Amino acid sequence: MNVVDKHTGGRPAGAAAFANQPHPYNPPIPFSLDPIEAVRVNLSAAERRTSSLGGRRTVKKEWQAAWLVRALQCIDLTTLNGDDTAGRVRRLCAKARQPLRADLQEALGLGDRTITTGAVCVYHRFVATAVEALQGSGIPVAAVSTGFPAGLSPLDTRLKEIEASVADGAEEIDIVITREHVLTGNWQALYDEVKTCKAACGKAHMKTILATGDLQTLRNVARASWVSMMAGSDFIKTSTGKEAINATLPVTLVMIRAIREYREMTGHVVGYKPAGGISTAKDAMAYLALMKEELGNDWLQPNLFRFGASSLLADIERQLEHYVTGRYAAFSHHAMA
Amino acid sequence: MSIAEILDTMEYGPAPESDKEARAWIKGLGGETRLFIGGAWKKAKSGESFETTSPSNGEVLTRLAQANAADVDAAVKAAAKAQPGWAALPGHIRARYLYAIARLVQRHSRLFAVVETLDNGKPIRETRDIDIPLVARHFYHHAGWAQLMDGELADKEPIGVCGQIIPWNFPLLMLAWKIAPAIALGNTVVLKPAEYTSLTALLFAEICQKAGLPEGVVNIITGDGATGEAIVNHPGVAKIAFTGSTEVGRRIREATAGSGKSLTLELGGKSPFIVFDDADLDAAVEGVVDAIWFNQGQVCCAGSRLLVQESVQDRFIAKLIARMETLRVGDPLDKAIDIGAIVHPVQLARIRELVDVGVKEGAVLHQPKSGVPAKGCFYPPTLLTGVHPAATVSRVEIFGPVLVATTFRTPAEAVELANNTEYGLAASIWSETLSLALDIAPKLKCGVVWVNGTNMFDAGVGFGGYKESGYGREGGREGLAAYCKPKWLAKAKPIVTAPAVEPNGDVVSTGFIDRTAKLYVGGKQARPDGGYSRPIVSPSGALVGEVGDGNRKDIRNAVEAARKATGWATTAEHSRAQILYYIAENLDARSGEFADRLAAMTGKRKQDIAREVAASVSRLFSYGAWADKFEGAVHKPPLRGVALAMNEPLGVLGIACPEEHGLLGFVSTFAPAIAMGNRVVVLPSSRQALAVTDFYQVLETSDVPDGVVNIVTGDRDALGLELAKHEEVDGIWYFGGRDTAAKIEKASTGNLKQVWTETVQRDWYDGRQGEGREFLSRAVQVKNIWVPYGE
Repeated sequence: MNVVDKHTGGRPAGAAAFANQPHPYNPPIPFSLDPIEAVRVNLSAAERRTSSLGGRRTVKKEWQAAWLVRALQCIDLTTLNGDDTAGRVRRLCAKARQPLRADLQEALGLGDRTITTGAVCVYHRFVATAVEALQGSGIPVAAVSTGFPAGLSPLDTRLKEIEASVADGAEEIDIVITREHVLTGNWQALYDEVKTCKAACGKAHMKTILATGDLQTLRNVARASWVSMMAGSDFIKTSTGKEAINATLPVTLVMIRAIREYREMTGHVVGYKPAGGISTAKDAMAYLALMKEELGNDWLQPNLFRFGASSLLADIERQLEHYVTGRYAAFSHHAMA
Repeated sequence: MSIAEILDTMEYGPAPESDKEARAWIKGLGGETRLFIGGAWKKAKSGESFETTSPSNGEVLTRLAQANAADVDAAVKAAAKAQPGWAALPGHIRARYLYAIARLVQRHSRLFAVVETLDNGKPIRETRDIDIPLVARHFYHHAGWAQLMDGELADKEPIGVCGQIIPWNFPLLMLAWKIAPAIALGNTVVLKPAEYTSLTALLFAEICQKAGLPEGVVNIITGDGATGEAIVNHPGVAKIAFTGSTEVGRRIREATAGSGKSLTLELGGKSPFIVFDDADLDAAVEGVVDAIWFNQGQVCCAGSRLLVQESVQDRFIAKLIARMETLRVGDPLDKAIDIGAIVHPVQLARIRELVDVGVKEGAVLHQPKSGVPAKGCFYPPTLLTGVHPAATVSRVEIFGPVLVATTFRTPAEAVELANNTEYGLAASIWSETLSLALDIAPKLKCGVVWVNGTNMFDAGVGFGGYKESGYGREGGREGLAAYCKPKWLAKAKPIVTAPAVEPNGDVVSTGFIDRTAKLYVGGKQARPDGGYSRPIVSPSGALVGEVGDGNRKDIRNAVEAARKATGWATTAEHSRAQILYYIAENLDARSGEFADRLAAMTGKRKQDIAREVAASVSRLFSYGAWADKFEGAVHKPPLRGVALAMNEPLGVLGIACPEEHGLLGFVSTFAPAIAMGNRVVVLPSSRQALAVTDFYQVLETSDVPDGVVNIVTGDRDALGLELAKHEEVDGIWYFGGRDTAAKIEKASTGNLKQVWTETVQRDWYDGRQGEGREFLSRAVQVKNIWVPYGE
């Protein structure tokens, strides 16, 4: 295994503020059943770890403000609705460029920094629109792909969708897996599917959505994480946002421990993206603390960590305004996307 | 620090909990505290006081009143005065008081938490999220027992005034564990908190006042070891409950011997934390954090001995060392601190010394690079690897954040290593294979087992030890036994043994061939080691026969035989029942012979004798019946899972039978013991031993496995003392006079065996007094196996 190339891949840098921290590139490795069969996950213990962490770790005052800014920088600002339009997507991109009101950014002492969200995440139809709207910002466009959210369209169609989005300028591709492969234990099929998608992504950065709500058990989540990483996923991601249960802390714990173990085994670095249901600043802090505790500070950067969220940004802005002014802020005081 | 800088480092920063209210409350104590006696705040009669400090910075918080014997006496008198009225209140009214206390604790929860952290040095996270919520839960739960007492404990009444002495590691929680069950069942208490950590107990006294608790029901006095001693020795105290070190527990057992005080002890531990190769290793690593780095490792049930299966040792230790780096040690009032301050410099010095010994004896020391604050009483999380079972740090309770690690090859070896300690408080088992975990749990000699978890506590689940970790349970239905007694006891008369009758030369002729009554050891009739015999004499002085005069070597042999009969504990309950029925059948077939023998030895009327034999047969049936019916419980603590309260035999039980009723007294005591899976060494009545020596043939023909029942005839009281001293005996029952009872209690401290001495007369024919749950519960100890589950 060539460990040296783990941080390269010749792909463009991510968001402007983190240009010096390139996305990791996770090359596929040969399929093996061993790590899948070695998976042991205890649900109760996972719940204890995550439920007690809120009481064990907290950030206050300027630390809280800084962490909130970091959370904001890790957001994949997302719109994935049937009624999306080019206009709506342009508004979203504008917000991604300037997620924080200028006066607040100044008051936080960050006036000289470029603060943007981690990416903008849209359906393929709006990739070109977003790329154009984000021109020069350094903010990558992420496209959900492969028959999102169910992922059940023909493989050819799914691969063509990836290629089309990459051709339109998407630097990041969020694919969905065929849940059936997990539920029936067909790990080879899952591996082949993800690896094929990876090839179609080319230089684009691939995030693999496990749809953990559909997989139900932490054991399934851990196994699917391993297969996805072996097949070359650059990120593993919890949810489409369309399942009944989206990102949770116990699922996160299991996925990031798999990432840790994968790095120990192969030397390759994989990122993590929880998505869906994370809507408050407090939730976001809990995720950041868990990442720091289990994986360390490297995973508190947008090149290795993203929130898939649409309404989280608004709450973070309000909390930051509270920090600056001491008053609880109105949503209407912050520009909408 | 600027936000820009923090953005680059992503450190946590300080997160201080305000101590403003707590300091205001401490200031309000006026610089020197008082004693809470009879509902009022009294100055210590000695006028003396001592400092209490905050371990995180050494700052003096206030001075605590030093109660002396006169203060203890005043407190016991206040408690005694309040007790009858308190016990006479309807359960519902007592329940309302406990409920009020629970609510008040919740309403003032943060004040309690901050005062506790200031005083003890444990992290605010723990006092806030664990200690104080468990305190409230304990009072809620026991408010329920007060409400239900009349129906559920209809034959029971409170013991009286309880003296309670608690440690410094969970100051308010241990207070709750002591006070809640005691007052729920109608007892009153005199409680002494530990001298390092008395403040929350005083705050609790204020809560009692706010709840309008009748004066004298709860008395709280501060002081040092001498104060505790005065409580232990006070004749007005009917029960002592102690949590603390095994060393002090032993002294208390000795001091209370012969006093008639009932006693429960919750002592030290060196609990194993067993990681099998099929465990969720990351989960187990977090388990270690909760096991040994919870409360700075100052936890009696701390998982302080890590046993890892060899095949995963390297991976597990690597994960553990990595995890240690992210533990945060520091100001316990910081909300993001994992490990706070050690309670006192004395403890810190002890931890340092023991770790030094460990390293000198060859252990490899692992501590995180981050270190500890320069000021204050701090010690880093510590792992010692390569530690062998013989090493000092493997055997001695360190009572600090120090984990010692060793490996095992097979499940059987894990069990062997786990049990290779004088302690038996708790154990953790980590495995994703339920059949493995549930196979191991019953084999561990300890009172609490957590499967894939650790340090879980609940008011509804009993907590307490095996072996030298003490006896008695706290929490759950099993914990109530420590605070109530059978109602009939109050009217019972003391046992008085009539003076021995000298043989007058007459001989009772049996008309049979001469039979030599030997001892019964390991399923064989054995001659007494000394080669002497003693006469059995009728009340009129006639020589009825002779029995072997056993000595301490016979006791040694009998205990050895009993030790070997290990299979009995795991023999199916159904099979044990069959054997008890079979014994009854064979006794019944020979009832005439036993009647004759009893008649000759006692001179009693024929119908009385017939009644004794019939009652003995019936009693054997009773315990045949009970063998598969004295079941444990499935507790429902607040988690997704269960706690299985299993009734497990004590092991080897010594029984000194009552002198009266040579047959019925024997049957009524050995039968419940073996029904529950104990092996017994029985000392029959000295006067009527022939009823028991005749019984050998009954046992021999009833499929009783060798070594399950061993019988040594002779001087019952002298042999009883030998059994009490024997450290391979797990429990002893003695029915007789107070003098010998006192000696037996005193002699039991070697291995802190469980002692049941009964110095009052019991009506052995009465269905309530003569048999049933009282005997069965004395023959078992409760092990709680926590099994959280979920996929």
